[in-house]
Amino acid sequence: MNTDTHAAHADDHHHDDGHAHGTFSTYMLGFVLSVVLTAIPFWLVMSGTLPSKQITALVIMVFAVVQIVVHMIYFLHMSPKSENGWSMMALIFTIVMVVIALSGSLWVMNHLNSNMMPIHEMTGMK
Amino acid sequence: MTIAVNPVQTGEPVFYLADEHPHPEGYSTSLGFWIYLMSDCLIFAILFATFGVLGANYAAGPAPKDLFDLSLVAVNTSMLLLSSITYGFAMLTMQQNKIAQTQMWLLITGLFGAAFIGIELTEFAHMIHEGATPQRSAFLSAFFTLVGTHGLHVSCGLIWLVTLMVQVWRFGLIEANRRRLMCLSMFWHFLDVVWIGVFTFVYLLGVLR
Amino acid sequence: MSPDLLKLIFGRLSIDSLPLHEPILVGTFAVVALGGTTLLGGLTYFRLWGYLWREWFTSVDHKRIGVMYMILGIVMLLRGFADALMMRAQQALAFGGSEGFLPSHHYDQVFTAHGVIMIFFVAMPLVTGLMNFVVPLQIGARDVSFPFLNNFSFWMTVGGAVLVMASLFIGEFARTGWLAYPPLSNIGYSPDVGVDYYIWGLQVAGVGTTLSGINLICTIVKLRCPGMTMMRMPVFTWTSLCTNVLIVASFPVLTVVLALLTLDRYVGTNFFTNDFGGSPMMYVNLIWIWGHPEVYILVLPAFGIFSEVTSTFSGKRLFGYTSMVYATVVITILSYLVWLHHFFTMGSGASVNSFFGITTMIISIPTGAKMFNWLFTMYRGRIRYELPMLWTIAFMLTFVLGGMTGVLLAVPPADFVLHNSLFLIAHFHNVIIGGVVFGAFAGINYWFPKAFGFKLDPFWGKLSFWFWVTGFYMAFMPLYVLGLMGVTRRLRVFDDPSLQIWFVIAAIGAGLVFLGILSMLMQFAVSFLKREQLKDVTGDPWDARTLEWATSSPPPDYNFAFTPVVHDNDAWWDMKKRGYQRPLTGFKPIHMPSSTGTGIILAGFATAMGFGLIWYIWWLAAASFIAMLAVGIGHTFNYHRDFDIPADDVIRAEDARTKLLAGAK
Repeated sequence: MNTDTHAAHADDHHHDDGHAHGTFSTYMLGFVLSVVLTAIPFWLVMSGTLPSKQITALVIMVFAVVQIVVHMIYFLHMSPKSENGWSMMALIFTIVMVVIALSGSLWVMNHLNSNMMPIHEMTGMK
Repeated sequence: MTIAVNPVQTGEPVFYLADEHPHPEGYSTSLGFWIYLMSDCLIFAILFATFGVLGANYAAGPAPKDLFDLSLVAVNTSMLLLSSITYGFAMLTMQQNKIAQTQMWLLITGLFGAAFIGIELTEFAHMIHEGATPQRSAFLSAFFTLVGTHGLHVSCGLIWLVTLMVQVWRFGLIEANRRRLMCLSMFWHFLDVVWIGVFTFVYLLGVLR
Repeated sequence: MSPDLLKLIFGRLSIDSLPLHEPILVGTFAVVALGGTTLLGGLTYFRLWGYLWREWFTSVDHKRIGVMYMILGIVMLLRGFADALMMRAQQALAFGGSEGFLPSHHYDQVFTAHGVIMIFFVAMPLVTGLMNFVVPLQIGARDVSFPFLNNFSFWMTVGGAVLVMASLFIGEFARTGWLAYPPLSNIGYSPDVGVDYYIWGLQVAGVGTTLSGINLICTIVKLRCPGMTMMRMPVFTWTSLCTNVLIVASFPVLTVVLALLTLDRYVGTNFFTNDFGGSPMMYVNLIWIWGHPEVYILVLPAFGIFSEVTSTFSGKRLFGYTSMVYATVVITILSYLVWLHHFFTMGSGASVNSFFGITTMIISIPTGAKMFNWLFTMYRGRIRYELPMLWTIAFMLTFVLGGMTGVLLAVPPADFVLHNSLFLIAHFHNVIIGGVVFGAFAGINYWFPKAFGFKLDPFWGKLSFWFWVTGFYMAFMPLYVLGLMGVTRRLRVFDDPSLQIWFVIAAIGAGLVFLGILSMLMQFAVSFLKREQLKDVTGDPWDARTLEWATSSPPPDYNFAFTPVVHDNDAWWDMKKRGYQRPLTGFKPIHMPSSTGTGIILAGFATAMGFGLIWYIWWLAAASFIAMLAVGIGHTFNYHRDFDIPADDVIRAEDARTKLLAGAK
């Protein structure tokens, strides 16, 4: 938590909306990067270049994560400094929650399915 | 408002501000809106979780391979990406106080957004026409809800965009309107981020399955 | 008129929807109608409508909104408790072939409504109300970050409550239990309006809760007065911050789960159905991702209240402030990692169950640390046994008991025996009543003089306290016994006559609690009549420690004539100790937000939309939605939402206080 000793309102007088602005070059850089990062996964899946589906899946997930980071930095102007770090903290907290909810649900429900569903029904489902 | 908070420096402790300035208007807005976006992010997270759990339950109905047209999704994605950069241009021209150009870029952003919604609706209509309705299987329920919720957000963004264009037209690029444009910018780019998740996990991984 | 036209206008609503054949409901309706007419007539007779509208309904003042939340919570407590009395009476009577007095379809609605009302419309408003009232004062702010949003949030909560109350006389409420598990809550098994009332009541209120969560986080982060660093915030503000973080991070989950259930019911999707690949268990999984944080949302502010009360009435600085803060933060995070303990028996297997069992047990460590901090604060303190302190001591005893049965239930094998039994019911009432309700009462008794300028009457307060505490133990200890014997929850009739005595004891306990509630209402009435005797002019009746006591009681609209500067955790104590002199001159105009009726209007349309959707009155739903959109967008065209309180008004208010303070000496 933000336990530093500076007064909470130290930055009152210079009007600061707490939000960094981009420039033309950062926006363009972000755009080019996101186009590339979008195009490659689409191409990988549509052409089937990589030898196995698992590898393709892994690679496109990595691309997605990288692209999300790119958008965060160049379009949403996330930085550790905005709002005295509160924006970043909110984001990290949210990511933790998202990971818990997503992975937890998948884990719980997969175990449930493998424990509770008779074999013949499992094959019938697909 | 330079105030000695530490009493040791001044001798006499200061217990109140004799001369204070109220917080500027919209002092909390960008943080507040960011926190709202985080809560929205959790809405999508739960929809993704639902899709992750139920997304393979085809109930002997159509699977992603039978339904998704990746080239259409690629076109749609490019609409959203283009709208992102044009919104960026709107923000840049706003900082330079160029009302007409800001409005033009906002309009272009809106058109790309509308094109995105149009393509998505066409895709939905096509799927429903083929019998792949939201009622057909848990996979389709989860698909339509996740992608539809994103589309609904984009539509809300469009309504908001039009409202803001009217307000900029009527009142100019005043401080309040700039703040609103900045909030919408966060909203718009946030929807972009969500869409990265959608095209990766729903469409691309779906087709791979 | 043709049936088609009627259906177009009224949807599913018809004269048969009114429960005219149920004597209990007709009687209730008669009483409510009589009471309501008297109230409305009185308001009209004394010409109070304009005053209420101007000063309260449209007010964006966090203090007024806080008080309105409290009133909502107490009114809904009466409804929720009436349900509890009916259940206890039914279960005490329905033995030896007797069917009791509640038919099953009514009984099922009663236990569902009891749970929903007590959690969403009693505990939540009480907690939110206290946070709303106290937090801006404690951090030296003039109001919350988004005052209009605050007003809107409150009225959305009221809207949800109105929908739930409407179900009593128009149609029916859900018969599914308070979390409405599918497939029972799906359209196939619950084709009536009950579950729809449940869904839309909670969705409307949920919007308000989420927005007020965002609002209070921003307030605490952005509006602290100079000098108040994070580690100088009062503990109640800390727990409020964590609670609101939990609200913002968990209520979206509830929103989505209910929306998916809505789609299943209205559109025919297959999320939680038994066919076409749906999974009812997914609903259980998702709703508890919201549900477990929810109990911490309720109890964390209570922990904050107890911290304030303990240090004030022990006359000591809170023991272990830092550990208290870290314990709160750890609880906040951990509360997301335990949700599966609500359905150990679902069958996720040993590995999943042990993970969630262990996380659940771990959460008792920070809670235990808090308990020791309170005890060490009291140790060698000069304890004053005023009402807030009494509630706090009752909490410590009761909550430890509830916590221990909770750890017991966290052991998966034990849970396999005890789940769904009355042992569980006893456990969670033990922590919710012992923690949240006692906390809210401690808070009400503690901050009432701040809100109204006079203390609450101690005689009726103590009477209420003793009725509540003894009543609670009598009502719920038998349920532990019954649960261990294997009696499951939500049963309407019983065969085994040897069980009856325990239910009779529990019913007597509920009766005692009823006397406790009546005493509390008496306490309010008596205190109001004796307000001159109980008056507090100092603004600091308890010799307290935090900033809210630095201003007058009730505080002026602007809270503080000058924004305070803080040097210590116990800011007000520090000011008193170091000879703080109240400023008497130099007042300036103060910038404040203006009142607006938009919040109540928007919430009114939202409620109407909910009603339309419940009854399939599509035109009403569509029209209200469009109206909501129009009013909302229209509101954004209003750029002048603030005004200045003139310096003369500030001077007048502060001079009046100076006179009062001089008179008190």
